[in-house]
Amino acid sequence: MAQALEIVPKQIDSDQWDEPYYVNMGPQHPATHGVLRIFLELDGETIVRCDPRIGYLHRGVEKLSENLTYSQAMVLTDRLDYIASAANNVGYCLAVEELMGLEVPRRAQIIRVIVCEMARIASHLLWLATHALDIGAMTVFLYCFRDREWLLDIFEEICGARLTVSYPRIGGVRLDFNQHIIDELYRFTEEFPRRIPEYETLIDVNRIWLKRTKGVGVISGEEAVNLGLTGPSLRGSGVRYDLRRSRPYLIYDELDFEVAVEYEGDVYSRYRVRMKEMREANKIIRQCLDKLAECEGEPTVAENAPDLLIPFGKPKRPQPAPHPKKGFLVKSVEVPIVPEGEVYFAIEAPKGELGYYIVSDGSGHPWRVRIRAPSFVHISALPALSEGQMVADIIAVIGSVDIVLGECDR
Amino acid sequence: MLKYIGLSLFKSLVLVGITLLHVAYTTYAERKIIGHMQQRLGPNRVGPRGLLQPIADVLKLITKEDIIPSCVDSPGVFKLAPFISLVAGATSLAVIPIWENFVVTNVNMALLVVLAMSSLSSFGVILAGWASNSRYSFLGGLRASAQVISYEIAMALALVGVIMLAGSMNLIEIVKAQIESPFKIYAIPQIIGFFVFMVAAIAETNRTPFDLPEAESELVAGYFVEYSGIRFALFYLAEYFGMIVMCMLAVVCFLGGWYGPFEIPGVPMFWFLVKLYFLIFFYIWVRATLPRYRYDQLMGLGWKVLIPLALLNIVITGLIKVLV
Amino acid sequence: MLALEKLQEKFPEEIIETGESAGQTYVVVKREKIFDILKFLHESGELLFDHLADLTAVDWHKKKTPRFEVVYNLYSIRYKQFLRIKAQVPEEDPIITSVTPIWKVANWFEREVYDMFGIVFDGHPDLRRLLMPEDWEGFPLRKDYPLFLSPEKEWQGLVELKEKARRLAPFDWYQRVPGEVKEEEMKEPEEEKVAEGEGHGASA
Repeated sequence: MAQALEIVPKQIDSDQWDEPYYVNMGPQHPATHGVLRIFLELDGETIVRCDPRIGYLHRGVEKLSENLTYSQAMVLTDRLDYIASAANNVGYCLAVEELMGLEVPRRAQIIRVIVCEMARIASHLLWLATHALDIGAMTVFLYCFRDREWLLDIFEEICGARLTVSYPRIGGVRLDFNQHIIDELYRFTEEFPRRIPEYETLIDVNRIWLKRTKGVGVISGEEAVNLGLTGPSLRGSGVRYDLRRSRPYLIYDELDFEVAVEYEGDVYSRYRVRMKEMREANKIIRQCLDKLAECEGEPTVAENAPDLLIPFGKPKRPQPAPHPKKGFLVKSVEVPIVPEGEVYFAIEAPKGELGYYIVSDGSGHPWRVRIRAPSFVHISALPALSEGQMVADIIAVIGSVDIVLGECDR
Repeated sequence: MLKYIGLSLFKSLVLVGITLLHVAYTTYAERKIIGHMQQRLGPNRVGPRGLLQPIADVLKLITKEDIIPSCVDSPGVFKLAPFISLVAGATSLAVIPIWENFVVTNVNMALLVVLAMSSLSSFGVILAGWASNSRYSFLGGLRASAQVISYEIAMALALVGVIMLAGSMNLIEIVKAQIESPFKIYAIPQIIGFFVFMVAAIAETNRTPFDLPEAESELVAGYFVEYSGIRFALFYLAEYFGMIVMCMLAVVCFLGGWYGPFEIPGVPMFWFLVKLYFLIFFYIWVRATLPRYRYDQLMGLGWKVLIPLALLNIVITGLIKVLV
Repeated sequence: MLALEKLQEKFPEEIIETGESAGQTYVVVKREKIFDILKFLHESGELLFDHLADLTAVDWHKKKTPRFEVVYNLYSIRYKQFLRIKAQVPEEDPIITSVTPIWKVANWFEREVYDMFGIVFDGHPDLRRLLMPEDWEGFPLRKDYPLFLSPEKEWQGLVELKEKARRLAPFDWYQRVPGEVKEEEMKEPEEEKVAEGEGHGASA
């Protein structure tokens, strides 16, 4: 059992002692977006020391994927950032394909971009809903979820699952889009820019919102880079680093979109960055749908894609039953041949830079899969963002750096 | 003498009964109205259109297990705190006139009684926060009590303007003075006072945007986090009681009480109820729309904005009375 | 690549090998002067590797001799260059200098590497376990650590929790734990009660 905390009184006068006041924003809490425990030392209302403790959702994804094949490990990556799971899958498949040197057909790349951007909009909608709810505006929560439901319905039609889509495959995507999905996406891209002002009217110029978010959690550009922040949290501090532009992957270098940057570095500027990103993601989906119409009828999976979790239509090869005592270890199945080597591939996930560092030893299982999760880094930056501020501000700060514990703890 | 006591008892029972019904259905109205503002339906399963929802809630809360945490400071104080809140809120009902002939006790210092009772309700909050012996409730209790005390000053100062115009603290006299004045309601000459009173009333009853002490996302229900079952229901009732009493006070002091453009025979309380319902709707509307103030901004608003405004209001009223 | 040339010019005897894998250059170095190498890469004017994308470790159990490799993935935002530095750490003496003074993000990365592999970082301000509970024994991501723990080596906290659930099961709505729990087992052990009963405000 862990040790009980020792409360050490400090002497401030000849006969007066001051005891530090410890509060746990415990693992179960309506505002901490998952099982995060923040250990605070308070002095009245100000935070003297902030110590986030994680590990409550640790499922051992990295260790598990060392015993699974590459295709099987992809399903584990779904559950990392379970809000925008398509982006995690795409990142993993891209990393393995980079290592294998596999060429993905163009139609599959466009579909992957569409799915990634849909995940981005879904993730930002959920972020806005929970952030506004923490600060007190309950109505924004329900408006955002109404639109997120639309996106999740489209996801269900694409691949059958709303939340943990295992849609991409190593070598392409699992199924092609049918015409109904494309029409539905066209309708969505028409309607969505009219919905965004509905959320903004409630909070954008509201005095209470501005008072709660301006000047709170300020961080400068260089310090943000040093702390490892990436994604919208970094772009809110003025550093123009977007992986879709700096290290382009899929077909992002052909698309026309703007990178959202704000210069204040506080909670309000991160909010504005994400609102702009939602609009840009909508534009990207529109452009991709037009490009999709140009390459009708092309294959969605590469010819020499690995066999396990094969695309729809090909006959399955029989597998031996799993060993009763060794759980998931699958030994004697034909598995994709990934040459020896290592790769670090990062994509611009909705939350930041999601990186996969895969080391392969030439066999069918990866030797080491390391997932560089943006939420991990952002939670480690919380003390720097929140020391010296009040307890109510730490809620706003946690909301603004957009963490999800699934990818932090893996 | 006996007849007087009997009549008062009867009137108070009727009043408390009807107010309890109002309180229960205010919770229902809140859930329905906020639901419709958020593009969803509120409760609609229990009874036709969900009308029996409050009764179902009360039944559920009554049948829950009565849990008293083992680390409470003193079980007596822990059990006493919700009653103090409820009684302090409900006692003000005794002096508020519903229509000209219906008031339980016609006291000459009615306004002072109401203010005193609302001060007493902060006791319940402090005791609940301390007795629960848990960090969150302690923080919540401290914040709530400080907030209530600060905004009471603003509220009292806003009411001073009304007293000056009407010339008496008796609530029936105040309504009669309003009816005789050229504007019919005091909200027009006392517009600043009305605004200050409404904001202070929202802060007194710990409602959004001033509900930081009991905010879910920050302190997980604040000072009543350790209460469950019927004790929680009593706190909840006390909050809505406070809301209704504040609205009634606003109707009587600022909106003309039972006065209406035309009389409806047989229902002398009609206009009072209409104005009351409108103010309750306003409370609920504000809750659905606005985010929450941070604690230091909340206190800053109370001390640095509302109190000077109320003082300004008094000065202007005084000048008008002297010059006009 | 510019970074590679500058490194070879400044630290020629530290580099063990360089190579390229999937289009990304990597450099394997000895662990003694890793702090100076990374500081040079971070501050040098033409290189400016200001973004530490990842700091992790790989366990080459029975495949290569220095068992561990601590991998630093560096990226320069300004010059858009990517570089990977790998420092070899032997098994008998798993200590390496911490780079927290250069990048603050390395703080939690190194804590996780310590938690999962057991590599101690010299000069780290606060080295303790991150993902596993504080009293866990063993380092999970090492190759000789099993995927499933056998019941004898179960974590003490879980054993206590299961015991408590078994003891409180008779008070539940329906019988979840098979078999009966005897009378004397239903009482709590004595020391636990004393610790829980006191404490004004000590419980959080």
